[in-house]
Amino acid sequence: MAETTTTPEKGPPVAALPFIFLGDQFLYIITDLGRMGIFLFSALFGIFRHPFRFRELLKQLNFIGAGSLAVIFFTALSSGMVLGLQGYYSLHKFGAEGMLGSAVSLTLIMELGPILTALMVTGRAGSAMCAEIGIMRISEQIDALECMAIDPFRYLISPKFLAALISVPLLTAVFDIVGILGGYLAGVGLMGVNSGSFLSGMQQSVTNHDIRLGLIKSVVFGLLLVWICSGRGYFVQQIRGAGFGAESVSKVTTQAVVLSSISVLIFDYLLTAVLL
Amino acid sequence: MSPSTSKKVPEIAIEFDRVSKSFGQRNKKHRVLNDISFTIPRGLTTVIAGGSGQGKSVTLKLILGLLYPDNGRILVDGINVPSLNKRELLKLRTRFGVLFQGSALFDSLTVFENIALPLRERTKMSEDEIRVNVLATLDQLELTGHEDKFPAQLSGGMKKRVGLARAIQLEPEIVLFDEPTTGLDPVMTREIYQLFDTMQKKLGYTAVIVSHDIPGVFAIADQIILLNKGEVDVFGDINEIVHSEKPYIREFAEMTMGDLFARPEKEKCH
Repeated sequence: MAETTTTPEKGPPVAALPFIFLGDQFLYIITDLGRMGIFLFSALFGIFRHPFRFRELLKQLNFIGAGSLAVIFFTALSSGMVLGLQGYYSLHKFGAEGMLGSAVSLTLIMELGPILTALMVTGRAGSAMCAEIGIMRISEQIDALECMAIDPFRYLISPKFLAALISVPLLTAVFDIVGILGGYLAGVGLMGVNSGSFLSGMQQSVTNHDIRLGLIKSVVFGLLLVWICSGRGYFVQQIRGAGFGAESVSKVTTQAVVLSSISVLIFDYLLTAVLL
Repeated sequence: MSPSTSKKVPEIAIEFDRVSKSFGQRNKKHRVLNDISFTIPRGLTTVIAGGSGQGKSVTLKLILGLLYPDNGRILVDGINVPSLNKRELLKLRTRFGVLFQGSALFDSLTVFENIALPLRERTKMSEDEIRVNVLATLDQLELTGHEDKFPAQLSGGMKKRVGLARAIQLEPEIVLFDEPTTGLDPVMTREIYQLFDTMQKKLGYTAVIVSHDIPGVFAIADQIILLNKGEVDVFGDINEIVHSEKPYIREFAEMTMGDLFARPEKEKCH
């Protein structure tokens, strides 16, 4: 920006500098939360705005959902198998191997499924989403949309929100099924746990409430990751310390993935505490 | 300070009335525009010139409502842009076409899809009608045969043409050009300006070109607005700049336009 007329002003006293710094940081955080809040409402509102971009929704479902299937499959299979082995090792000490099916399925449905799915989708699709929107911002493509009187939320952001809200719970369901299969393979196939006791233990212990809790978590995590990743990209030029150009996009993408992952873990605790 | 008075006074499309704009925080405030006033006539080409960081692009963003002034009024057909709400602003922007510095083409869309975008999003045209319109524009801008290419496959000059094609698709009343020849070689720059001139005369829109490529852009200007250290000077043509008595304008003319007068002599040698 320009540097034409500089207004010289006497600086504040040195003793006041820490307070000025803290106040400045506080104001920045409040401003950032405010604009992210407005971003969330605009994106959710954009889902209901006409004309709906159905083709873009399909494209995003393919990218976020179908594109993440392989990652989810292998993560779920390995997590389930590890859970099966670890569970067997612990339960064997108490002669309670029959509880393996129950332990594996409950852990996957209520905790690991939603969390690991959200983390995998954040790493694979969330980072790409943030970088794409960030690049569109710095190359003035979002400004171009606004100048053509096209709402960037309806056109660009809202289809990603809806796709994430649909994809993440479905991917979580896939994760749960594949994870339980992995636990079954490790427990029954490798460690010799009785197949009937594994399956009946699972059937008896998993309730609708547990499945509902996992589902609610997956929807909330899906919303969190798409909100944080696309929001950080959208405001790439307003994020303090991000720098400019390509550097700012790379820094903000890293920040979005970290922030999204931490938020998922924090919200996991909060939801468990409230809904369990 | 005033445009040439010999011509018939044209209608005003855009008016800046005592506009100021600063950036930065309290103790590091940079005043970019300092209480400036000028008018942009309808149906003509106005060039906003000045060195880097003099507020040229800021001026365009103020017109579009992408930035808000600290004080003053920005009138587009008598409507004060900073006082509009989001919905009114979107409606006002339907009257503008914008060609961005980097063309701002959508990387994931083909040339055809980029140009068709405003028609698809903002009109109720059928796909057949859109196709006819886009192909006609491609033909006008000598882009026929490139419709299936992606922006990454185009040269700088072609990107500008596609950007212009997209900007004029909805037949805007005002087209804003932000540094349209940045990154182009001198030959391509001249071609692009000629193209802008031809299209402006053909379609009759009000063109506002922000540029620091002084010799090239002045050839097509009907009015020149010179921004310098937050102040503004308005000229009818290049001679008014050359014969200005203000020292900084004379300096600006010497630094930027020596080339303009040298070039015809060189061309004569060929």
